[in-house]
Amino acid sequence: MALIRDLIVQFFEMSLVLVLAPGLVGLVRKAKARLTRRRGASLLQPYRDLLRLLRKEVVLAENASWLFRVAPYLIFATTWVAAALVPTFATGLLFSWSADLIAVIALLASARFFLALAGMDVGTSFGGIGSSREVMIASLAEPAMLTTVFTLALVAGSTQLSTIVAFMNSPAVGLSVSLGLALFALIIVAIAENARIPVDNPATHLELTMVHEAMVLEYSGRHLALIELASALKLLLYVSLIACIFAPWGLAGAQADAIALLIGAGAYVGKLAVGGVLLAVFETAIAKMRVFRVPQFIGVALMLGLLGTLLRFVSRSF
Amino acid sequence: MTLVILLVCVAALLVASILGVAMARFRAGSLIVYSMSLAVCTVALVLALVQLLRNAAAPTLVLPLALPWLGAHFRIDALSAFFLVVVNLGAAAASLYALGYGAHEQAPHRVLPFYPAFLAGLNLVVIADDAFSFLLCWEFMSLMSWALVMAHHRDANNRRAGYIYLVMASFGTFALMLAFGLLAGPAGSYTFEVMRTGQHGPLIAALILTLALFGAGSKAGLVPLHVWLPLAHPAAPSHVSALMSGVMTKVAVYAFIRIVLDLLGAPSWWSSMVILALAGITTVAGVLYALMQHDLKRLLAYHTVENIGIVFIGVGLAIGFQTNAMPTAAALALTAALFHVFNHSLFKSLLFFGAGAVLNATGERDMEHLGGLIHRMPYVAFTFLIGCAAISALPPLNGFVSEWLTFQAILLSPTVGEWGLKMLVPGVGAVLALSAALAAACFVKAYGVTFLGRPRTPLATRAKEADRFSLSAMFLLAALCVLAGIFPGFVIDALAPVSQALIGSRMPVQATDPWLSIIPIAASRSSYDALLVFVFIGLASFLTAMAIHRFASHAFRRSAAWDCGTPDPSPSTQYSATSFAQPIRRVYGALAFQAREQVEMPPPGDPRPAVLRVSLRDLVWDWFYAPIEGAVAATAGRLNQFQFLTIRKYLSLVFGLLIILLLVLAIWL
Repeated sequence: MALIRDLIVQFFEMSLVLVLAPGLVGLVRKAKARLTRRRGASLLQPYRDLLRLLRKEVVLAENASWLFRVAPYLIFATTWVAAALVPTFATGLLFSWSADLIAVIALLASARFFLALAGMDVGTSFGGIGSSREVMIASLAEPAMLTTVFTLALVAGSTQLSTIVAFMNSPAVGLSVSLGLALFALIIVAIAENARIPVDNPATHLELTMVHEAMVLEYSGRHLALIELASALKLLLYVSLIACIFAPWGLAGAQADAIALLIGAGAYVGKLAVGGVLLAVFETAIAKMRVFRVPQFIGVALMLGLLGTLLRFVSRSF
Repeated sequence: MTLVILLVCVAALLVASILGVAMARFRAGSLIVYSMSLAVCTVALVLALVQLLRNAAAPTLVLPLALPWLGAHFRIDALSAFFLVVVNLGAAAASLYALGYGAHEQAPHRVLPFYPAFLAGLNLVVIADDAFSFLLCWEFMSLMSWALVMAHHRDANNRRAGYIYLVMASFGTFALMLAFGLLAGPAGSYTFEVMRTGQHGPLIAALILTLALFGAGSKAGLVPLHVWLPLAHPAAPSHVSALMSGVMTKVAVYAFIRIVLDLLGAPSWWSSMVILALAGITTVAGVLYALMQHDLKRLLAYHTVENIGIVFIGVGLAIGFQTNAMPTAAALALTAALFHVFNHSLFKSLLFFGAGAVLNATGERDMEHLGGLIHRMPYVAFTFLIGCAAISALPPLNGFVSEWLTFQAILLSPTVGEWGLKMLVPGVGAVLALSAALAAACFVKAYGVTFLGRPRTPLATRAKEADRFSLSAMFLLAALCVLAGIFPGFVIDALAPVSQALIGSRMPVQATDPWLSIIPIAASRSSYDALLVFVFIGLASFLTAMAIHRFASHAFRRSAAWDCGTPDPSPSTQYSATSFAQPIRRVYGALAFQAREQVEMPPPGDPRPAVLRVSLRDLVWDWFYAPIEGAVAATAGRLNQFQFLTIRKYLSLVFGLLIILLLVLAIWL
């Protein structure tokens, strides 16, 4: 019986992230538009876009291989599974024990691996430029993320997200230097990984500076819909990750009842909204960087993560 | 009994080697030699697996060979049994592959006699139980692999590779010989059994560790002793490259573990620092070098250097934990290292097989001339993709599990006592994370440029799918990569006797954990369930595909590539291997290779094309080997004039030397 209940909660969580992800993208776009004194499209526009893409036919390049057609499903599935592993409104979900934070990062790396390969499949110069820049950015962002995870794991004594969140929610945690460093590093990584300004511009097209959009240039129809949804899920994942670690308020516990779950879900939606607006403010306030300035930007995150880890190695009180 | 059958297997391999000499000129020769090797290695593999899983007492045997008063000692303990599994699994797969691949060999008489002998050497090193037979077998293995590297000796590059390999291999054996001499001590018994009981002072222990690092490290490919590896491994025929990269480097790891963790007794804590520092440098340097290559086989060979670094990180951590009396953590680190040994032997062999298939189909190793092979070689492309994903440490494949275990071991290290280790280990963790990301970049490049995109030359458009034997070997290894990835608990349990014997502790039993997950320390600390992740990814993609095909549009149409509206029909406008690595070269190359880019732009009105020159320096070669090479050459040049003296001068030289020696003798006495 407990298993069935856990399964239902888990299923609810997986559907919730899927439903909320385009909404978060819409919210960020809307907030950015308002900040630049435009009216902006409706919050529902990303949903409409996805539906429109799903109804359209797929135009495949002549020499696209099976990998090009399989990749969107794999990218979407791995990102979705990774999102299901992050405690969004409740900890200790059924699935959360099957992989830890390191595995979540590796799952996202899998999605990126296939996306970069898909970018190279048709053999256009835009696809190549996107893939090669994406892996360059990832080669810095991934170790930065992992060193941040080390810091968190050393603070909480676990790489298991549910345990980390439970620890962060307990009175045992106080203000600590390494946690502050980890928060900064995590935010920088989140910006870089989600192709946001100043690393990449999600609104751009036909520009030599684009990274993510260049990789998916050849995609259309349902394939593009899946990839768009996957990148929305990834954004949601990072916002939830930061929220559940550094703002774990309102999260339902392992054996919570329906009311606690509802409170958790409400708090979660609120946190997502705050995160989305903050992202929009940040993006509006800053200009896009040259590609070869990006390593310095993410290098800061790597150094912060490493510093946080080192501090924890030196003393437990930092 | 196991040992006797195994030695019979080795003898059968040597017989196959003689058959290879006799049959090399006939078409059936390669068929006979490779099928014999396949059968023998399969038998040896089953024996070793049974020995490892049964965890029975180690069988020993003394043969009246070699030195008359010593004899040749053989023994299979848990460590040997595990490495026998690795050796024979790789050897069986390579033999199966070669049944198809070997048919295209241009010079079978240079490959067939040495191939089974090489396999015999690999097997013998792992079971040798005294220093003399160990060194003999080690040298035999080196020489046989050298002969295989020289199989296509008409190519000047291969000759150079063979020469450097020979120099480095002799140097390595020399270092190992000295290490064993020190281990034996002045009383000097050469059996491992007696060596284990020996007590060594700190200076001798340090010397032994250094010599073992030089001897085993030069064979394994630790930076800066790796220079021969990316030259020699690609020069051999591809199934031999797979064996050299996937298996022989593992035998070197075996030698290191045997000497340092087994024979040397309790190591000191700083030895783990030396190993960790070297391993960290090796890891990141290996992958950066690999990223700069555009020769597919050389890229893979450099990648072996990286993976050896990861293995040595595990070994170094194990030693560090052991000296800090943290046996559980030490067992975890050692298991991670051995798991990576096993994994790497699987996917590196698989990738070399794929590179061999590409080489066979197109005659090209240079990725800049390939492209689009996924259309013409779909099965090779599929298995190669699995190999690439596995080596890039992507879940749910096997490479991720061993790296995950290493990360877990690193996270246990804040409790070690020494400050040096405390400061070093987080850096090593960051390096490991960096190299994992760079490895993924490297294999996106390798796969994307070779198999995806449009063919860059006519050769690539005419490629044909590999033969059935090669494909079955590749599918076998790909399946093992997946299986070891989603059932890691069984591999960890199989490795338990090894760490029990070496460290005195083992990881908790994994097979009984719920849902086949792996839990290195405690469930609240970390757990990973590869099977569930695999099932969930499969289920999620299946459900998505079902939903899309049920509710969304089915229509699809082929058309010209979009490419922002201006597609260029010439395949040379694609990203090439060099251009793909350009951003990474910009970020890391200035430091690691002193990379310089020069643009020569002709003045306006001048019709000459602009030229971009990129210069990369191999710093290890320039700073480490070039001075040695220069010194040797200079000395040789000086001494050269002694070749052209008159007879009178030679006589006076001899006379003078005699006087000096007599004087020395007189003063001494």
